[in-house]
Amino acid sequence: MRRRRWELISESLVEWLIRLCGVSAIIFVFGIFYFVFREGMGLLWGGRFSAVQFLTSVEWYPTSQSHVRYGALALIAGTFSVTLLSMAIAVPFGVGTAIYVSEFCGPRAKETLKIVIELLAAIPSVVWGFIGLTVMNSLIIKLFNAPIGLNVLNGGAILALMSAPIIVSIGEDALKAVPDSYREAALALGATRWQMVRRVLLPGARNGLLAAALLGVGRAVGETMAVLMATGHSIRIPTGPLDPVRTLTATIAAELGEAAVGSDHYQVLFIIGILLFSITFVVNLSADLIVRGIRGNA
Amino acid sequence: MRKKSASIGRRLTPSLLAVSIALTWLIACGRHRAGETNQPYAHERPVIQNIGSDTMVNLAQAWAEEYAAIEPTVSVEVSGGGTGTGVAALINGTADIANCSRQMEAGEIAKVVATGGQEPVQNIVGYDALAIFAHKDNPLDEITIERLAAIYGEKGPVRSWADLGIQVPGCPSGEMILVSRQSNSGTYYYFREAILGKGVDFKLGTLDMHGSKDVVELVSRTPCAIGYSGMGYATPNVKMLRVARRPGENAFAPNVENTQTGEYPIARPLYMYTRGEPKDAVKKYLKWVQSEAGQAIVRATGYVPVVKEAELRAAVEQGAKRQ
Repeated sequence: MRRRRWELISESLVEWLIRLCGVSAIIFVFGIFYFVFREGMGLLWGGRFSAVQFLTSVEWYPTSQSHVRYGALALIAGTFSVTLLSMAIAVPFGVGTAIYVSEFCGPRAKETLKIVIELLAAIPSVVWGFIGLTVMNSLIIKLFNAPIGLNVLNGGAILALMSAPIIVSIGEDALKAVPDSYREAALALGATRWQMVRRVLLPGARNGLLAAALLGVGRAVGETMAVLMATGHSIRIPTGPLDPVRTLTATIAAELGEAAVGSDHYQVLFIIGILLFSITFVVNLSADLIVRGIRGNA
Repeated sequence: MRKKSASIGRRLTPSLLAVSIALTWLIACGRHRAGETNQPYAHERPVIQNIGSDTMVNLAQAWAEEYAAIEPTVSVEVSGGGTGTGVAALINGTADIANCSRQMEAGEIAKVVATGGQEPVQNIVGYDALAIFAHKDNPLDEITIERLAAIYGEKGPVRSWADLGIQVPGCPSGEMILVSRQSNSGTYYYFREAILGKGVDFKLGTLDMHGSKDVVELVSRTPCAIGYSGMGYATPNVKMLRVARRPGENAFAPNVENTQTGEYPIARPLYMYTRGEPKDAVKKYLKWVQSEAGQAIVRATGYVPVVKEAELRAAVEQGAKRQ
């Protein structure tokens, strides 16, 4: 009887603890939301800030002495271009690796590959940035005859390397989640392995693979240090992969430390933070809707 | 109702994204708060917090190390981050000495006073000649202030090396890559004022490096590039251009002699600011920094001392004898 009571208490205790863990994520997100909005609000409603200029002008002169301008269009274009290029490289490679690891290679190669890929994920972003600044810079100048090697291509390639491990491991989980009976059925019908992958596994793991790609996008949009060093940190609308750019995150990292707390410049950096929040929110939401749509049709 | 069969990846998406955003922000905020954790200890071994200019960080470090040998009871903690960081630390009281590669602005001084401090006291501790760097293969040897303004200024007409009539080996496109500093570095402020003139901004599309060394590093690897940074950061892989005030006048190389005589046109004083008149350990430290012994270190780290050459030589000889 006594034992039973103790079990009941510990049971509910653990239940509450787990509930707290679950809720804490929500508390953190809202806490950060509140903090970022509070810091940026003053300027946003203050009347000195023009949202139109912020979104349509490329002129980012936060410390100008004659005419301060906060135009973030080039920064937005920078973030999008680098993310787009990195996903164009990382998604095919990541999904391909996931397919190879989960379907084609032997157990030994599988173990080795997984360890190496995890190692890739463990490299700090400063190190990536340094590789971009030194090795990749000279390499791109030589290979493409580019005037400068710190550009969208450099940042995109580095971000691709950084987000590929996430895409591979989540993608592999998704492929593993497809029941073996599907594979057996496909092979029994006389399908080749490639046909099985293309016709059965990929559609079956669609949601998981999409989630993997979007996690990669999240990593790429939010990454700061590596892109700060590898993209050249230059304000311009890129016309090709060999143009240097500057991203939203890199701007916050480079300027927040030295902007006086509460100044317009400080607040406008938090408005960039709000913008970044909105971007990830939209990416998340659309992913949710897409996945729901797929499920609704099936 | 949620289906139980939803894959792991899908369930992870929102929380992982949230965590990654959270981390990004924590890192961003962490950077900002870093200076506040190092409060000086009042009654233990005196610690002098010395924060500020990135241009001066090597110099300040060298001073601190040398001073530790002379005055082992005092510890000088040096950190960089830029003049803006130093001034911010002086305003919120976490720095005893702020290293500045430009003069403090009236607004900043007012803020120090407003937060309960006395008027900041300015000490000139050396000079920095701002050098114009180009790739070592670049045939250009000298440049005028006017031309630099045409290259870097917002409405400046020079956009390519061809506009200067130059063909740089290893730079087939001829595009001029302008290397600059992040918009709140003291070097950026000084270059803007000294070269571009009051109220003129930089051209958009400059590559804004986050440190004096990075500028030189990038220029040494990029044939198309031109950049500006402290003379102390020169390496054998880059070329420093001679600079002339006006077209037709003599151009001078950035070195100690030309800076002390005032002939090199883009040199600036380096400052150390304190909150009010310095006291005790800080006062002693500043006095030492401005002495011949301290100024010999300025010379050794590639900057220009305040003290004249002959006096310095005597101090260096004395130091050699002591060791």
